[in-house]
Amino acid sequence: MTIISEEMPAPKTKIETPLRRFLAEFLESWLARVALFSLLSIIALALCAPWITPQNPYDLAQVSVMDSRLPPGSNAFDGYTMWLGSDGAGRDLYSAILYGLRISLSVGVTSGVIALIIGTAIGLLAAYAGGRVETVIMRLVDLQLSFPAALTALILIAILGKGVDKIIIALVLVQWAYYARTVRGSALVERRKEYIEAASCLGLSHKRIVFRHIMPNCLAPLIVVGTVQTAHAIALEATLSFLGVGLPQTEPSLGVLIANGYEYMLSGRYWISVFPGIALLLTIVSINLVGDQLRDVLNPRLKR
Amino acid sequence: MTVFVIRRLLQAAVVVLLMSILVFFGVNVVGDPVDMLVSPDADQAEIARVIKNFGLDRPIPEQYWYFLKGALSGDLGNSFIFGQPALKLIVHHMPATMELAFTALMMAILIGIPLGLYAGLYPDRMSSKAIMATSIFGFSLPTFWVGLMLIMIFAVALGWLPSTGRGDTASFLGIESSLFTRDGLSHLILPAFNLALLKISLVVRLTRAGAREAIGQDYIKFARAKGLSQSRIVFIHLMKNIMIPVVTVLGLEFGSLIAFSVVTESIFAWPGMGKLLIEAILQLDRPIVVAYLMIIVLLFVVINLVVDIIYSLLDPRVRLRDQGA
Repeated sequence: MTIISEEMPAPKTKIETPLRRFLAEFLESWLARVALFSLLSIIALALCAPWITPQNPYDLAQVSVMDSRLPPGSNAFDGYTMWLGSDGAGRDLYSAILYGLRISLSVGVTSGVIALIIGTAIGLLAAYAGGRVETVIMRLVDLQLSFPAALTALILIAILGKGVDKIIIALVLVQWAYYARTVRGSALVERRKEYIEAASCLGLSHKRIVFRHIMPNCLAPLIVVGTVQTAHAIALEATLSFLGVGLPQTEPSLGVLIANGYEYMLSGRYWISVFPGIALLLTIVSINLVGDQLRDVLNPRLKR
Repeated sequence: MTVFVIRRLLQAAVVVLLMSILVFFGVNVVGDPVDMLVSPDADQAEIARVIKNFGLDRPIPEQYWYFLKGALSGDLGNSFIFGQPALKLIVHHMPATMELAFTALMMAILIGIPLGLYAGLYPDRMSSKAIMATSIFGFSLPTFWVGLMLIMIFAVALGWLPSTGRGDTASFLGIESSLFTRDGLSHLILPAFNLALLKISLVVRLTRAGAREAIGQDYIKFARAKGLSQSRIVFIHLMKNIMIPVVTVLGLEFGSLIAFSVVTESIFAWPGMGKLLIEAILQLDRPIVVAYLMIIVLLFVVINLVVDIIYSLLDPRVRLRDQGA
């Protein structure tokens, strides 16, 4: 008896809740720590933009044409230093980037959330209804996934026209299939398990079984796909905006900023395109790395 | 086998038909069909005349029937901007895109396979880890951003390569291409590499995974035991088995290369189908958009069909399962 108790580990001061264990596992890799920190900083910077930037780049009273195309580090007409230089219209690039981040992030997250809700509903329907409904839905999903997302989005924009709402609609229509496929895959596995059988034997309604029993157990893969898809959505929006068919000039996301700077790049004024580009890059890479680590932590097959 | 091919052909035809319905309804019901048929500066009388002439006052199914009939005879309307048949314009711009996509595919094979093989054979070396880390960037960086950086570094800062255009072309065996001139090649390198980057990363990962899996197999151990040289084992025994998935994936990815060339062509001002599409979208030249879409759908369906048929030739299980279903 004494020998056994000696071998037992000393009782931890903290109680191990699932959330704590999840966090501890997530933060195990240094790369994930860096990525999470950088992602949180980006989000914080975007949220606090009005309070930490020297100017509101879209308030015309604060922007002076005298300041246009200044290299990084020059002083603006109003006295403050433009650490990242200014763009063709005389906007301070640091301010423009933070305001652009807000637009890029909100478009990416909004379209991601809508696509997640629609895709999850359709995927659950396919898995639970089965039969012909499932066949039709999955054929549609396959058809959609066999065409590259960028091309589908481009065509949708060509049909719908420009504008923030149109971009979000296009991004949702491009992304829902990924969520539907993911949810259907894990819902099919869950459906065959005993607890679902037990639940239907208890006479619970279909609605209750699907939303209270099956759906919570499909959340892990959904979170992973959601993270990665949000990064895709941001990249896709930037691509469309860069090509001139995305967001209008009045909603300057990072892609629009990069496109605006492109014409100056060949004449050596690199900063107008490059700094928004770096911001976009950091955002996308951070989200992807966080998503990668989430996949490793949430995947039960990789549990150590 | 014949039954299998006929079945697949029928399925492909159904997909093309479905897509033509989607395109038709997308452009004519969601969008405004008058936009597509008259130039933006037409007056009221002109618009009324066009609506009557093109039967836009007719019921939708009847309109679709006329669209389909036109499409089958190769008539997808005239471009507003160029005043030429849309289909002819697309076909005219096709060789430039094909040349770009083909070069990118070659780059993906010639760069991706050796790197992936190396990373798979020596997984613990620092250089292998560097290759794999770079391939993650290849996946997550947006194509247009990489294109900008390539232009900035190699065209603006170093001045080694031209940044825009296709350069001189020359004719060889009846094919007009910039692959056959020095100037054309120098114009081709940057856009092709830009387009290839994503596929290089893909090939590196596939090859590495294949090599890692194959290296522990009995036939490799047996080859070692026979005393074969390392290069013979790698290039004859290992390569053959790695190549099957790589070739399949690359076949399917060729379509996506053509689609992604929209972005690359716009950045490098490459005069292909993709650039034509973007300009058409910006200028509301809808006949071009419709024609491009139908061509791309056809291309994708044909590529899928060919891969399916090749697959069934290689692997009899595919066609047996299909017949059983």
